[in-house]
Amino acid sequence: MTLTHLQRLEAEAIHVMREAAAEFERPVMLYSAGKDSSVLLHLARLAFAPAKPPFPLLHVDTMWKFRAMYELRDRAAAEAGMELIVHRNPEAETLGINPLDHGSSLHTQMWKTDGLKQALDRHAFDAAIGGARRDEERVRAKERVFSFRSAGHRWDPKRQRPELWRLYNARKSKGESFRIFPLSNWTELDVWQYVEAEGIEVSSLYFAEPRPTLERDGTVLMVDDERLKPGPGEQVEERWVRFRTLGCYPLSGAIESRAATVAELIEEMRTGRQSERQGRLIDRDGAASMERKKREGYF
Amino acid sequence: MTEKTLLRLITCGSVDDGKSTLLGRLLFETGSAFDDELALCGDDLSRLVDGLEAEREQGITIDVAYRFFATDSRKYIVADAPGHEQYTRNLVTGASTAELALVLVDARKGVLTQTRRHSYLCRLLGVSRFVLLVNKMDCVGFDRAVFDRIVADYAALGEDFTAIPVSARSGDNVALRSRSMPWYDGPSLLEHLEGIEPEAESDAGPFTMPVQWVSRRDRRGFAGTVTGGSVRRGAAVRVMPAGTRATIARIALGERELEEAAKGQSVMLSFTEDVDCSRGDVVASAACPPEAADQFEATIVWMAEEELVAGRQYALKLAAQSALATVHTPKYEIDVNTLEQVPAHGLQLNGIGVANIWTDRPLVFEAYEDNRDLGGFILIDRVTNETVGAGLINYALRRSNNIHAQVLDVTREARAALKGQ
Ligand SMILES: Nc1nc2c(ncn2[C@@H]2O[C@H](COP(=O)(O)OP(=O)(O)O)[C@@H](O)[C@H]2O)c(=O)[nH]1
Repeated sequence: MTLTHLQRLEAEAIHVMREAAAEFERPVMLYSAGKDSSVLLHLARLAFAPAKPPFPLLHVDTMWKFRAMYELRDRAAAEAGMELIVHRNPEAETLGINPLDHGSSLHTQMWKTDGLKQALDRHAFDAAIGGARRDEERVRAKERVFSFRSAGHRWDPKRQRPELWRLYNARKSKGESFRIFPLSNWTELDVWQYVEAEGIEVSSLYFAEPRPTLERDGTVLMVDDERLKPGPGEQVEERWVRFRTLGCYPLSGAIESRAATVAELIEEMRTGRQSERQGRLIDRDGAASMERKKREGYF
Repeated sequence: MTEKTLLRLITCGSVDDGKSTLLGRLLFETGSAFDDELALCGDDLSRLVDGLEAEREQGITIDVAYRFFATDSRKYIVADAPGHEQYTRNLVTGASTAELALVLVDARKGVLTQTRRHSYLCRLLGVSRFVLLVNKMDCVGFDRAVFDRIVADYAALGEDFTAIPVSARSGDNVALRSRSMPWYDGPSLLEHLEGIEPEAESDAGPFTMPVQWVSRRDRRGFAGTVTGGSVRRGAAVRVMPAGTRATIARIALGERELEEAAKGQSVMLSFTEDVDCSRGDVVASAACPPEAADQFEATIVWMAEEELVAGRQYALKLAAQSALATVHTPKYEIDVNTLEQVPAHGLQLNGIGVANIWTDRPLVFEAYEDNRDLGGFILIDRVTNETVGAGLINYALRRSNNIHAQVLDVTREARAALKGQ
């Protein structure tokens, strides 16, 4: 019996999650309601069935996610019967930090980077399982599956450990922690093929439908609620759009498309040929911006 | 389209032999690179596989990177281990999961000491298939004599391999066959890779599954990844090291029940009997379960700046088993350039030595050459928590006392019989 690539990727991800569950005292799974989160949650359920996964879900909220993502998040957590912890950075909340007035950089830093660190510290989580993939960014190609973080959540390329075979070194001192990436070896295409093969529910935002949008600085944004107001010369128009990656709605560029099924999405990917981060406004802050963000503790 | 197989590769070569260009070329030719990334590269495809900031400044790659490309029938995971002299550690890491090695040689330079070293390390780590890529054929006028000479030199190393003359920069014989080398009538690299048969089931050995996690819901479930052979519902197994007999009642993947689980699959097993079994135990074929021992001879690759201290205790991890291990003074070191055994003076970063090691508890194991997952271990410094060494078990020096002798005798005979086939 020769295993397919999806079977092998699935087996590896399950192995990694079980290893994390066995080796850490307080693991948590990050859940953002994106497609990678949906796949990760599905795999966690496979890994421990018939029991529930032995860790809670953590959503680091920014107040600006698409409404459809909040709905999916609550429903998916309830269906899995897992505890869902939602953390919002109180300081960002008090200061009213938002992407429209403060820019993507500060917004992301305070809500996501600082928010994640706060949440991990508050609950004393020693390992955060996340859905990042090595193909997302060139600098992620060297990321470990068990990625070590010094006290203060700093990522230091020199302190990462060699990973041989299926062996992961999970030892650490007080205050140190890990980020665990079971989907390290998956590509975007693998994720979609797996979603299709397993019938996993992903956000409706990945599929095209007519949505209220406006165009700003060459990017089509969805007007998901009244907080995004058309500026001078801008107008709200209905367009057939979908999203390739999901984050805060004012920072997520839409793609004009008619692809309404996973099969159609995969077909568009074959011909479309832009990388995933095209639509991610936070990645346009600078050439090696992802690496800098990682050193500061971004996921 | 979802019915693809997976092949894990490692690329080996010295700095500037064209590894990055070749990888970039493979990504480009298989449509695995995106247009916006390609636009940033200009006409230098090596820039598709750029590294971390610190490395970019130094102009060298210092760590293993994993890249992906795919065709309609296969997904490839490539461990891109840097070719720099000192990085035995990285090559060993990348080779530990690779099934096939792409060995690059610059046509103008021929087979170098490094070529020899890389091939040796891949072989040591269990890579069984080799492709010799004689690159930069454009620089030698696509001359057949140059290629033939390099192939003959490499053949002298005694590896089994396939040789292909290529130009990573122009793409000759990478995906498409070259028009400039009519004298070569073999496949292009990609054609060759597509034709590689996955490891045959008969090579997978007897069934083994290290238990990672025990689920206590309803009936107890024992979760792990099959590291050898396969198992069917109803099969007789033993739980090692105790040797307890059990019968497989159920094989599950999530809510799905399977008839059979094969090497590489992560499953949850339940037994008909109520047996003691916890993390670290190995569920194995009843006919020939692996042995347990607490003294081994192992080949050790040292990976830390601080040298190996003989007599010090290190934390050891082998499959799901943890123990404390003491490494004796190495018997000898292997000079990776000449492949000769030389007297060992400790073991420094990137050194490879053969040493006896003993553990504070018996470990279920197999020889590394029979099973990578049950024969490969890591050593961890108990103060810094860093992974300081990797070990490959050659054989056990002494059987562990607390194993039923009877189980072992059965094991030895069964294994001898199996190997004799
Ligand atoms: N003429 C020629 N140059 C090549 C070829 N492959 C790579 N190069 C050049 O060799 C140099 C080193 O290549 P690179 O891919 O960076 O090597 P690496 O250090 O092994 O990754 C670069 O200037 C490449 O453009 C080839 O097939 N022909």
